[in-house]
Amino acid sequence: MLVPLSWLRDFAPFEGDPKFLAETLDDLGLVVEGVKHVGEGLEDVVVARVLEINAIAGADKIRQVMVDAGGEPLSVVCGAWNFAVDDLVALAPVGAVLPGDFAIAMRKMKGVTSNGMLCSGRELELTEDHDGILVLGKAGESGAPVPGERLVDALGIVPDVVFDIAVEANRPDAWCMAGVARDLAARLRLPFTIAVPPEPAHNESATEAVSIAVVDDDLCPRFTARVLTGIEVTASPDWVARRLTLAGMRPINNVVDASNYVMLELGQPTHPYDLDQVAGHGLRIRAARPGETVTTLDGMERRMGERAIVPSDDRRDCVICDGNDVAIGIGGVMGGESSEISATTTRVLLEAAYFTPMAIARTTKRLGIRSEASARFERGCDPEGIDRAALRLCQILSLTAGPQFRVDPETIDVRGPVPKATNVRVRTARVNAMLGSDLDDGAVTGYLERIEFRCQVAGPGQIDVTVPTFRPDTSREIDVIEEVARHHSYSALPRRRPAAPQVGHLTPYQKERRLVRSVVAGLGAHEAWTPALLAPGDHGRAGMGDDGVKVANPLTPDESVLRRSILPGMVKALAFNAARRQDDMRLFEIGHVFPPPDEERIKRAFARTGETVIDEREMLAVAFAGPGDDARTAAGAWMALAEAIGVDDVDFIQSSGGDSGDSVPGGLHPSRAARLVMGGSDQKQGEAWAGRGTMIGVVGEVDPGVLAAFGVDAERQRVGWLEVDLDFLLNTAHRRQEVVTAVSRFPSSDVDLAFVVDDAITAADVAKTLRHAGGELLEAVTPFDVYRGSGLPVGTRSLAFRLRFCALDHTLTDAEVGELRRLCIEAVEQAHHAQLRA
Amino acid sequence: MSGATGDDSNDAVLVAEATARVAGTASLDDLSALESELLGKKSTLAVAQRSLAALSLEAKREAGQRLQAVRKQIEAIVAERRAMLEEVARAERLAADRLDLTEVRGVPWRGHLHLVQRTRDELEDVFVGMGFAVAEGPEVETDWYNFEALNMPPAHPARGMWDTLYLDLGEPETVVLRTHTSPVQIRLMQAKFPPIYAVMPGRCYRRDTPDARHIPTFNQIEGLVIDRGISFADMAGTIEAFTTAYFGPDIHSRLRPSYFPFTEPSAEFEVTCTICGGDGCRTCSHTGWIELGGCGMVDPAVLAAVGLDDEMWSGFAFGFGIDRCAQMRHEIPDMRVLLENDVRLLRQI
Repeated sequence: MLVPLSWLRDFAPFEGDPKFLAETLDDLGLVVEGVKHVGEGLEDVVVARVLEINAIAGADKIRQVMVDAGGEPLSVVCGAWNFAVDDLVALAPVGAVLPGDFAIAMRKMKGVTSNGMLCSGRELELTEDHDGILVLGKAGESGAPVPGERLVDALGIVPDVVFDIAVEANRPDAWCMAGVARDLAARLRLPFTIAVPPEPAHNESATEAVSIAVVDDDLCPRFTARVLTGIEVTASPDWVARRLTLAGMRPINNVVDASNYVMLELGQPTHPYDLDQVAGHGLRIRAARPGETVTTLDGMERRMGERAIVPSDDRRDCVICDGNDVAIGIGGVMGGESSEISATTTRVLLEAAYFTPMAIARTTKRLGIRSEASARFERGCDPEGIDRAALRLCQILSLTAGPQFRVDPETIDVRGPVPKATNVRVRTARVNAMLGSDLDDGAVTGYLERIEFRCQVAGPGQIDVTVPTFRPDTSREIDVIEEVARHHSYSALPRRRPAAPQVGHLTPYQKERRLVRSVVAGLGAHEAWTPALLAPGDHGRAGMGDDGVKVANPLTPDESVLRRSILPGMVKALAFNAARRQDDMRLFEIGHVFPPPDEERIKRAFARTGETVIDEREMLAVAFAGPGDDARTAAGAWMALAEAIGVDDVDFIQSSGGDSGDSVPGGLHPSRAARLVMGGSDQKQGEAWAGRGTMIGVVGEVDPGVLAAFGVDAERQRVGWLEVDLDFLLNTAHRRQEVVTAVSRFPSSDVDLAFVVDDAITAADVAKTLRHAGGELLEAVTPFDVYRGSGLPVGTRSLAFRLRFCALDHTLTDAEVGELRRLCIEAVEQAHHAQLRA
Repeated sequence: MSGATGDDSNDAVLVAEATARVAGTASLDDLSALESELLGKKSTLAVAQRSLAALSLEAKREAGQRLQAVRKQIEAIVAERRAMLEEVARAERLAADRLDLTEVRGVPWRGHLHLVQRTRDELEDVFVGMGFAVAEGPEVETDWYNFEALNMPPAHPARGMWDTLYLDLGEPETVVLRTHTSPVQIRLMQAKFPPIYAVMPGRCYRRDTPDARHIPTFNQIEGLVIDRGISFADMAGTIEAFTTAYFGPDIHSRLRPSYFPFTEPSAEFEVTCTICGGDGCRTCSHTGWIELGGCGMVDPAVLAAVGLDDEMWSGFAFGFGIDRCAQMRHEIPDMRVLLENDVRLLRQI
């Protein structure tokens, strides 16, 4: 809201540095977002009459203008073309300093002397216009200024300061000049008064019987109507037009301007109808019938009551109808085109009403329409400020409406359930408990009475407060306490720090999640932040089926689907980088994914007992796209990660390929992917526990087809992939015991064994068999070679392991090692139909 | 080399000659050859020593001792020379092994944590140091958690402060992508009886057109304290303590009245401009202050929504943008880059 200081001064004698006033407003919560000085720097500008306009040889953009500025004719060079001889214009003579410290000096252009500058509206900061210079009128016209007269005198310009104030949604009272002045005067302890408008000149009796019927007074609890006659529609007085302009509104005509002026000054919207265009000489205020239409002032046809904004929405939009019950306006939102004030209007039906804030809020949302009036009504106007506003409008209109202007003596006032002033018991002890302050009853009542909250001390520390009707935000003790805090000043309140009764901490999950991030970053992956909202079809392109949960009102279609996996977003990030010639990288992300919920779950979420709508899973995803990276890189990274957090019982379940395609994780290379499954190992046999068989993630390689679908060159680069459910990983998966085992002081013995094994049997299985067979004496199994090719049957490969044996209490004898070797060979040969390779 | 069996002067000549020749050797091989020539079985010295057998016992002893002394001297000279040549050879070998340590290939990759996540970690750590726990909640919420329990019934005008993304779940406009982290306050108060001292970081979503300072997906951190006797002064002190701890001892906070439906009294909190240190600059519009977030005393209506007695319990809440803190600290000119994942940016910090 743009607030001219001069307007505020109508209510209280504000003095002093505008910067100080702005800081005071800030501290009251009326945040000043800008301060503009207007009409300054114009002291030297004079009115000049154009005497002649001459072309300048060799110049086609500028001309010489001879002007009379009250002395000898002056030569000025000018580049504008929007004026003629005898026009009155604004001249900044040599030596003048214009707004923005723009000093005017004598110049010579193409040999012609320029003794100043003819100014545009924008150069003078009077208007936004910069298409030509400011033309003030023609010399000799009645009321035209005289050449040589100071521009500020000619236009009645007084330097002013305009504050741009952001008013919070809960302060409708402050959304007007009077309201800002009230708060500021209270803080500065200045007397504040709103002048009572005089009674207007009345007709002797009503000129026209007008009937007002409020059918639905829950939507419109108070409606007043006055009939204004003998109106000449013309321009507003200059000071009205200037104030409207400074406040950011365009002057239109004296009737509309008076309505806008009153709204800006007092916060009460009013609506003038051209009475002769209202059929049936009356108004009916009622809820619209669904589908009923109104053509509003802006020329748009609006359909009422059609869209429900919440399930329980009654879809009741308040419409104003003429006497024939035809809707001609949307109550409190926008008037209709049919009864708009025009140049020929002579009689006005003036509406000043109070509409129910929530009803207006719903209507503006349903219809997607907003106006200065609706914004005020939906926040809550003062139901008792209506008459003052109507009288003020009549007062301002009377200045220009002509000698015949009269107001009918009868005011129609239909009152329904109008909100009443609220009474609140305020306890001084409670004030101090909430604020940490040390205020006494006198201080509390002092702050409140200065903003027109009536106070009566009912007993020590007990104050009965009557909240004025213009403060709908204040209805409870805590609301009053806020007012005390505001006027005492937040910065004057003490500061202390509460002692938390607990030791600050992260949960074990949160700590380990940080560890996971460090480990993965240590493996060379950069942490990314990919969008949780994907484009339709992204899941399909990533081989993951349907889209899942959709956004009902996306900003763009590209961000309209909630991800079920991090994979599509991550591959997009790889593609984004590849397009910028950044190819080799590893990326990871920890973020939520959103599996579509079933109906039952949604119902439970609405029970408000803590259930979430979607079983959101926090996932770790890592893409390995460095030189030479592939599924093995991902598998190795998984092993390093599992080792770092001590998870020791997760198996790789790899699809056997071929027809059993169903077990291939979506989006991954069918023969280079495995599911990570908890607790399937023989070591856990017989143990019944919840996690057994739960899939906690996938590891492998992104399907080259998926890479290609997102624009990543699958020929150039394989992309290893690891995606793990962090909840399962950190909260459920089996952990090795954090107990140290003694290491042997005796020398160890190594045995190298190579087996020819069928391709279907995993190296992990063979290693597991070896570990089992080697028992306690087997210190380590290290795979060291894989060989395929000549000398081996097709469909097999040789897997070589180094076994290191060691006993805690003695050096193993050759015989012992030989026996262990034999046991291991036998176990592998039997379990896997493998053959020891000679 | 005549007169090997001669007298002292002969010996001196012999030693001098050997010294000169040893000094003339350039390699260990030369030295070894010379050594056997001077001291080996066929050397003049050895021949002379062997020839002593013919002398009288006394003469034999006297000459033997003399020649043995000569042999010792020459051996010492050779040993010294050998040590010297070995040192030279070792130095040459190592010199040949010289490496340019900047000639590095295959530097191990080190990944970088995302700067927003790092900022979140740092903020969490500051609050943990102040005795807070860290709580988290879902990103998809019902309207009740996101709005209604926070004192915003349906169609409440204040809902316009958040441009909301709704999901196609349940009845229309009842399931939202959370517009702030405040619903976690409600979940926390439902799950745990006071006292509560917690911060709640997480991703939020708004239907905002992205620009240099706003992105539709962003990270917020929320704080909530509920205890007996908590006042506005506790809030102001907590925010000040956080501000100096996170931004540094010269950065302070101030509060000014504002409006949020879920707090009363409500405040904006601003911190000293980190660019100009409060002197006033373009970044802070010459005010010396930068707006960071909102805060306030938890509204009794919110306490009522979770069944807490507002006469017994009071508290405060605050919230601000993690991305905004990252933007301030790392001077990120345009927030939109945070969502692009350009690796050239990710690996900078």
